[in-house]
Amino acid sequence: MSTPALAIEGLHKSFGKLEVLRGIDLELADHEVVCLIGASGSGKSTLLRCINLLEPIEEGRIALHGEEITVRGIDVDRVRRGIGIVFQAFNLFPHMSVLENVTLGPRKALGLGKRQAEARATDLLARFGLADKRDEYPDRLSGGQQQRVAIVRALAMQPELLLLDEVTSALDPELVAEVLEVIRELAVEGMTMLIATHEMSFARDVAHRVCFLDEGVILEQGSPAQIFGAPSEPRTQQFLQRIVAAGRL
Amino acid sequence: MLISVASTLVFFGVLAFLVTRAPGWDRFKAYFFDWTLYRESFPEIAEAFLINVRIFLVAEAIILVTALGLAVLRSLTGPVFFPVRALAVVYADFFRGVPTILVILMLGVGMPALQLEGVPDSEIFWATVSLVLVYTAYVSEVYRAGIESVHPSQDAAARSLGLTRLQALRYVVLPQAVRRVIPPLLNDFIGLQKDTALVSVLGVVEVLNQAGINEAADFNGTHYLVAATLFVALTIPLARFTDWLVARDRRRRQAGGVAT
Repeated sequence: MSTPALAIEGLHKSFGKLEVLRGIDLELADHEVVCLIGASGSGKSTLLRCINLLEPIEEGRIALHGEEITVRGIDVDRVRRGIGIVFQAFNLFPHMSVLENVTLGPRKALGLGKRQAEARATDLLARFGLADKRDEYPDRLSGGQQQRVAIVRALAMQPELLLLDEVTSALDPELVAEVLEVIRELAVEGMTMLIATHEMSFARDVAHRVCFLDEGVILEQGSPAQIFGAPSEPRTQQFLQRIVAAGRL
Repeated sequence: MLISVASTLVFFGVLAFLVTRAPGWDRFKAYFFDWTLYRESFPEIAEAFLINVRIFLVAEAIILVTALGLAVLRSLTGPVFFPVRALAVVYADFFRGVPTILVILMLGVGMPALQLEGVPDSEIFWATVSLVLVYTAYVSEVYRAGIESVHPSQDAAARSLGLTRLQALRYVVLPQAVRRVIPPLLNDFIGLQKDTALVSVLGVVEVLNQAGINEAADFNGTHYLVAATLFVALTIPLARFTDWLVARDRRRRQAGGVAT
């Protein structure tokens, strides 16, 4: 078997006394799309932030294409250049135009020239229907447009892995579809993605594998058909029932 | 509109009436409002004011940089930087605590008295250094408030792109922090402008001393009025410029309101 794109072993993470992740094991193959589902506070966001080294971990190891990135003294900036992350609240830079948002990483972290970075950004923006927004400032865009720009910003780094942290949770319902459409496209193109989401029908649609996170562990994982159709764990069943009752599936 | 005009007229009318009816008004008027003297005195005092302007401009340019440096040092996280942070805190506490006039007196009298080789003995030099030391402490607090007002998620977003700590600060955090603190920065710089008058304690013939010398010659306070006018004349354009900066930034980011 080839080296997995991402391999996590025995990952533990606490905030003070609160242990948020209690032993996570997870592997992603290249071009695989894995959705993380689970209640708020189950540790989905924390897991993604740990993978991007935005949070230090207590125990366990994370490897990216075979290279352990949780070793002491690793160049975190180099690691992060290879991992894109998109946040729930977009986190665009409000003092920069769309183009500047997208070119900042390639220019400063990858060392690309201005013209090269702008060409790359312009291509990506055009691909995701944002060509006419390149000189706008984030405050002037809708939530859906802002989140698409945030995705483009991550893609401009040409990451080997893309992490998506509940990217539609802060959006008005009518704006969710345009963002999900972008992610669906990326999945088709073969982007390796780990997606924390509350959009169950989207997860069922786009994921190769679904992981149910509960109280800091992956309680159950399998194909979307298996998790949504015939979950074996009672807690997974309960969670999905609540989702159905809320009309989200 | 009509109401505000009417109320303004009434308010200032009553005020003028009361003031001019004061028993000492005629003496007051003769002492402060001698227009012939004002015109005569203006060029001389304005020339002395150039010393204040020079001190102000040099000090401001330096403070903008040193204060930012101090604020950045204070915002460094991690145990390694504890000594740096501690030093920055002590510095800010000390120079905000000691009255500016004392710092000017101590450095302005003390340093030239040392007669050290290579150490400047100009009072203006040491007065400028004193103002830089004091105002760096104040202004760094303003910057720090700005840095802390930028949400940590902005830094996280920058770092997640692989930017270094310094790059994230330089390109993402500081530009937002500085924009937010432009009005309070101006506040401190107006204070600095006015505090250049404190240099007078060292005997430098700047605007305040010049006005004082003139006043002593003919016992007329109009010379002080000239000095006051000069300070205000410098402050007002600066205030309007800041308003314009802030407004321009807002316009650029939000022109046309929120589009959907």
